[in-house]
Amino acid sequence: MVERTPIFNAICQFILLVGLIVALLPFAIVIIASTHDIRAVNIVPMPLTPGSHFLDNVREAWHRADLGHKLFNSILFATAVAFGKVALSSMAAFAIVYFRFPGRSILFWAIFLTLMLPLEVRIVPTYAVAANALAPFQAILNVTGINWLIHAVSGIEVNLQWGLLNSYPGLILPMVATATGTFLYRQFYLTVPDELAEASKMDGSGPIRFFWDILLPLSRPNMIALFTIMFVWAWNQYLWPLLVTTDPSFGIAVTQLKTLIPSEFGLPDWNVAMAGTLVIMAPPLILVIFMQRWFVRGLISTEK
Amino acid sequence: MASIAIRGVRKAYAKNAVVHGVDLDIASREFIVILGPSGCGKSTLLRMVAGLEEISGGEIAIDGRVVNNLEPRERGCAMVFQNYALYPHMTVAENIGYALKVAGVPKDERRRRVEATAKIVGLEAYLDRRPAALSGGQRQRVAMGRAIVREPKVFLFDEPLSNLDAKLRVAMRAEIRRLHRRLGATSIFVTHDQVEAMTLGDRLVVMNGGRIEQVGSPAEVYNRPASRFVASFVGSPAMNLMEGTIDRHGVFVYDAERQIPIPATLDARLVGHKVALGVRAEAARLVEPGTAGSIPATVDFVEELGAGRVVHTDLDGLSFAVSLSTPNVMPAGTPVGIAIDPRDVHLFSIETGLRIEFAAGIAAPANSN
Repeated sequence: MVERTPIFNAICQFILLVGLIVALLPFAIVIIASTHDIRAVNIVPMPLTPGSHFLDNVREAWHRADLGHKLFNSILFATAVAFGKVALSSMAAFAIVYFRFPGRSILFWAIFLTLMLPLEVRIVPTYAVAANALAPFQAILNVTGINWLIHAVSGIEVNLQWGLLNSYPGLILPMVATATGTFLYRQFYLTVPDELAEASKMDGSGPIRFFWDILLPLSRPNMIALFTIMFVWAWNQYLWPLLVTTDPSFGIAVTQLKTLIPSEFGLPDWNVAMAGTLVIMAPPLILVIFMQRWFVRGLISTEK
Repeated sequence: MASIAIRGVRKAYAKNAVVHGVDLDIASREFIVILGPSGCGKSTLLRMVAGLEEISGGEIAIDGRVVNNLEPRERGCAMVFQNYALYPHMTVAENIGYALKVAGVPKDERRRRVEATAKIVGLEAYLDRRPAALSGGQRQRVAMGRAIVREPKVFLFDEPLSNLDAKLRVAMRAEIRRLHRRLGATSIFVTHDQVEAMTLGDRLVVMNGGRIEQVGSPAEVYNRPASRFVASFVGSPAMNLMEGTIDRHGVFVYDAERQIPIPATLDARLVGHKVALGVRAEAARLVEPGTAGSIPATVDFVEELGAGRVVHTDLDGLSFAVSLSTPNVMPAGTPVGIAIDPRDVHLFSIETGLRIEFAAGIAAPANSN
């Protein structure tokens, strides 16, 4: 739709401007609040010009919330989750698109259905599995009577245990499966011409070689986009890290933010809370700004 | 170099058969062109030789070795695809050298062979470019280089020139011909373009509806089409076909005023039968209307081709083309006569569509298939 009336243009610009202000205003308040001392931040109304205590507040937040350690955990967690999602979804989609096997479409739709089951819905069973990753196998052994048989024959009670609570794998693994990523990759693979697969077959490469040499390099823009989105998504996870890590040494930055929020009867030092918020929000922001260049470039130079 | 034997090869998808029993022997170093309309199964046949399609029945042997259950890489074939199928993220050198890399050829030798191949296809200056930075003809050359570098026993071409513009197509045609002379690899070239087929092939295989209609040299196929389909498919403009009966004097009767005597003793069984008579546009001549022995017609329109022109005439509803080398302005509706030398006619059975031989004096249905 192309409208060439100046009034219409002005209205459009105005609406965009309002949207921008609505989106940026809270952000501006966070930045301004983080630069004042505790006295200035509690004046009503809050001053709208920045103060000069930003570094002090950051230092205070950093110490109080042990942000060095938590940010390290967060970066490890988000990177591993995003990387795992890219790896798993690229391989899952490869199997679904390039191989004919029985139950292929059922499998695809089963993966697709998990879109409707976000972590929050299945949090209790997921927690149970994380508490003992071998519990499902134990259950199979119990139900089928194999356990009883083993006990009767050898006198050994089979009791499988592999707890993942309070560990990095426990934090990461339940997050790695992704229907969105698999679907994204499937759509990408469907756009790759069949001839490319055939040409590589004629060149003598097998499926794994084709995947590694041809498909993965071609999917780079796709990969970068998925990685970025999933990194930010994982960074912002709250419920699962809170649940699975009771040991503070495995805690991540976002859940740690809670310790910076002033309690009801404590000191209302919102300036420190806001400074901590800024620090915690910085890594995904930097990643998006940095990666944006890459995936925009990737999208523009579509090599055909 | 390798010979290829195709015996009773069939292909069916689910219950839908697309190739019905093809037999073909290809000699070592031969350049075979498979020609046919789209959907005739020619590409499927090629892909079965390549190993990209499973063979539903029959067998294919390369150099005497049945390859039905071999992987494409074990068959020693290289293929040039219609869309080139170059790897977009690799340079020209990497594209050409990929097969060698997969085969584990050491880096030095790989580079040497890639360079030698680039020289053959004239791409030395472009080795570091990506396919996106190449023109259509150059991409086509990369695709050929990729096939050549492996020194395959058999080259397979799947309509490789159909994405090029007309001028480039002629140039690449000549190049493929030269390449074949130089490398001498057995080649199968699939196309729907008859000019390509006529100019490239040692032998032509004309396919229709999943069957082979005729196998022969380009001249044979053109001069002695084995069936009505071949007659109408090969040659431009298409051969004129008229349906009529043979009377007892051995004269082909289309209608009361259009009759052509057949200069041979025909099989007596043909008398009174309906047959299809074919005449090439260049075998017919335009004469003054009413000339003895000519067929009356009216001009429909004239196609100017520069070097010559095709006059499309109308025989009471049947269209009949005549090639003319001299310039001639004839408005639509001009009455003309068409003279046909009886030695230039072809006869085809209405029932089977097969050629009816009569030139030897004794008419008998041709038994080529």
